[in-house]
Amino acid sequence: MSDYPLPVSQVIDPSTSASERVTFLEKLHGWVVTVDHKRLGILYILYSTFFLLVAGAEAVMIRIQLAYPHNHVLSAQVFNRFFTMHGTTMVFLVGMPFLFGFANYIVPLQIGARDMAFPRLNAFSFWMTAFGGFLLYYSFLGGAGLYGVGNAPDVGWFAYAPLTARSFSPGHATDYWALALIVSGFGTLGTAINIIATIISMRCKGMTLMRMPLFTWLLLIVSMLTLVTITPLTAAQFMLLIDRYLGGHFFDTQAGGSSLIWIHFFWIFGHPEVYVLVIPAFAIANEIIPVFCRKAIFGYPAMVAASVCIMFVSLSVWAHHMFTVGMTSVSNAFFTLSTMLVGVPTGIKIFNWIATLWGGRIRFTTPMLFCIGFLFQFLIAGLTGIMLSVSPWDWQLHNSYFVIAHFHYVLVGAVVFCIFAGIYYWYPKATGRLMSETLGKWHFWLFAIGFHITFDTMHFLGLLGMPRSIYTYQPDRGWNFLNLVVSVGGLIQGIAVLIFAYNFIVSYWRGEVAGDDPWDAWTLEWTTSSPPPVYNFEEEPEVHSRRPLWDLKHPGDPDWEYES
Amino acid sequence: MSSIPLGHPERTVEWHLPSKRRVGMTALIVGESAIFTIFVVAYVFYMGKSLSGPTPAQVLEVPILATICLLSSSLTILRAEKAIEDDRMRSFTVWLGATIALAAVFLTCTALEWRKLIYQDGLTVSTNLFGTTFYSLVGLHATHVVVGLVLLTSIFIFSLFGWVDSRQSERFGVIALYWHFVDSVWIVVFTVVYLIGR
Repeated sequence: MSDYPLPVSQVIDPSTSASERVTFLEKLHGWVVTVDHKRLGILYILYSTFFLLVAGAEAVMIRIQLAYPHNHVLSAQVFNRFFTMHGTTMVFLVGMPFLFGFANYIVPLQIGARDMAFPRLNAFSFWMTAFGGFLLYYSFLGGAGLYGVGNAPDVGWFAYAPLTARSFSPGHATDYWALALIVSGFGTLGTAINIIATIISMRCKGMTLMRMPLFTWLLLIVSMLTLVTITPLTAAQFMLLIDRYLGGHFFDTQAGGSSLIWIHFFWIFGHPEVYVLVIPAFAIANEIIPVFCRKAIFGYPAMVAASVCIMFVSLSVWAHHMFTVGMTSVSNAFFTLSTMLVGVPTGIKIFNWIATLWGGRIRFTTPMLFCIGFLFQFLIAGLTGIMLSVSPWDWQLHNSYFVIAHFHYVLVGAVVFCIFAGIYYWYPKATGRLMSETLGKWHFWLFAIGFHITFDTMHFLGLLGMPRSIYTYQPDRGWNFLNLVVSVGGLIQGIAVLIFAYNFIVSYWRGEVAGDDPWDAWTLEWTTSSPPPVYNFEEEPEVHSRRPLWDLKHPGDPDWEYES
Repeated sequence: MSSIPLGHPERTVEWHLPSKRRVGMTALIVGESAIFTIFVVAYVFYMGKSLSGPTPAQVLEVPILATICLLSSSLTILRAEKAIEDDRMRSFTVWLGATIALAAVFLTCTALEWRKLIYQDGLTVSTNLFGTTFYSLVGLHATHVVVGLVLLTSIFIFSLFGWVDSRQSERFGVIALYWHFVDSVWIVVFTVVYLIGR
């Protein structure tokens, strides 16, 4: 597809000539000490892909345990550890590192920069995040401290007080959990600062704010949101450690402390966190959908405005996780209404994506398939979200499998689908080779089918009254068949992810050579070679519209004639 | 990108972007503000909820000297900023030294206050809710003062050796920004802990 003579196809430095052989150790050293945003981006992606497999395996174990009533694959204690680790891993070691991996790799290329604003802070942040993951999983070995065998934290990913108090969580598993989140939280904060500074201060000539690709725009918004989202969690974790180590009383009800305030602090972090995870998914869809239906995105300013709106509204909805703790009617009404309000900007986005698809010449490649799956699933996730925002409805279904189904629709149906879409889309840029389309389609269809078998069915289990976090159930509840269906769907998703992992690894050597611009795309990252040279661009680019590469390919009909 | 179509109306537009260091520090300050907000909220939430003594009214004294020192250090660092911008290095070193001295007085006052609270009044983190929230909020702020003091002292040492000049004024401005933040947080902590909470 590169019939167009792109200007930056020759690279200044063909780097290693064949005579220089780099040993494995030197290569490894190069990756460990790197401050290059592309390498760090790849490290983030590999790191989170690894933990995606780990946490996915934990989910499969959970589902095997729940497939039959009175099953004994996992004991109750191990079950608790597995769902705690599954949740914590997926949010902190999979979702966020994926988003920062994409941000690291793509943002400087899209804005025509040489690197991130602070390359060394970037490396520091990655290794902090990686160390956080190591600490969390080290609890499997050292969680009981010096006394005996290890165990992982088993307090649930939201770790409600007073379950985390010393008397209920002896040993060090909970400390590993808190420390891991503090450490990776510092990494997250550093990267968020870095992305903001990069986007505000490193844009190439002509890249005004309203010409930035939407991916970059949304990553700017999400980083700003991260600044005020991850820090309350860090503060709350410090309070927890003060309670556990210095005998403080923040969450100690025996000494007048309140367990409720932990729930508030956690969800002040926890709800915006959902948007921290899902806005990058929007960002990826914003890049992929226009390219594969051959149209410019519909309603660019509305997209930006809606995202900024989501950022602000998402900060005022946290207590919809807490309708059952017994708040005043005024609070219930406020948080019901503010939660419904999020539906407005999100709805604007859905309509804009559909309007972009409308009348386009859609190419159903793997990334596009995943994005279309995302559109359907995110719509349903939003609708069940509106249902749960109605506090009386929530009183009925709180902590049931309906809630589990709802947020997995967001986190898997939207976030994971878009992460896969992004990997298929940018893999050729990062490696120079395309991932196999055949395997990609197998991956998509198996994953989509498995997803719907699992999570559609979970809604019904929730309506039938099955609570979350139970390790087994009585055979006479009427949940047996549906649970088996859910578990079968989980296994199908597991197989799909294994196909993806195989494709991901093998395509690096055997994939079709991609060229600089395999998708005939429009943003700056596709003007440089694949993989890009260390310095990214031979000359500093200059842009005059939102689709600089379109202008290059169509000099007679450039975009800047139409944009005001 | 040499083949951008010629004759674009904006070819000669000037291109200015904000300093990345200032943007980065501003972002850090926003994040830190969120941390402080949570600790302040916890302090206010637990005001008067301790089940046992000592209470703030019994043991806390308003730290007037410390407050005056810390707030005036914002003025001295402002003079230092002006001095380094104009390349008056002697003046810079003097004003920076004054800032460090004022911050050191502040920390000494805090240390003496804590010593009195611990040894005379028997108030520790684990005594009651007041102790827990007081030491964590004031301690969090003091930690930030210590970090700022380390940064300022290293610049002071560099400037004694003559390694600092007006080329570093932007970097120094970023650290000064952090220092102003630490000072303004103290206004909030002071108001909440010593004026409202006592």
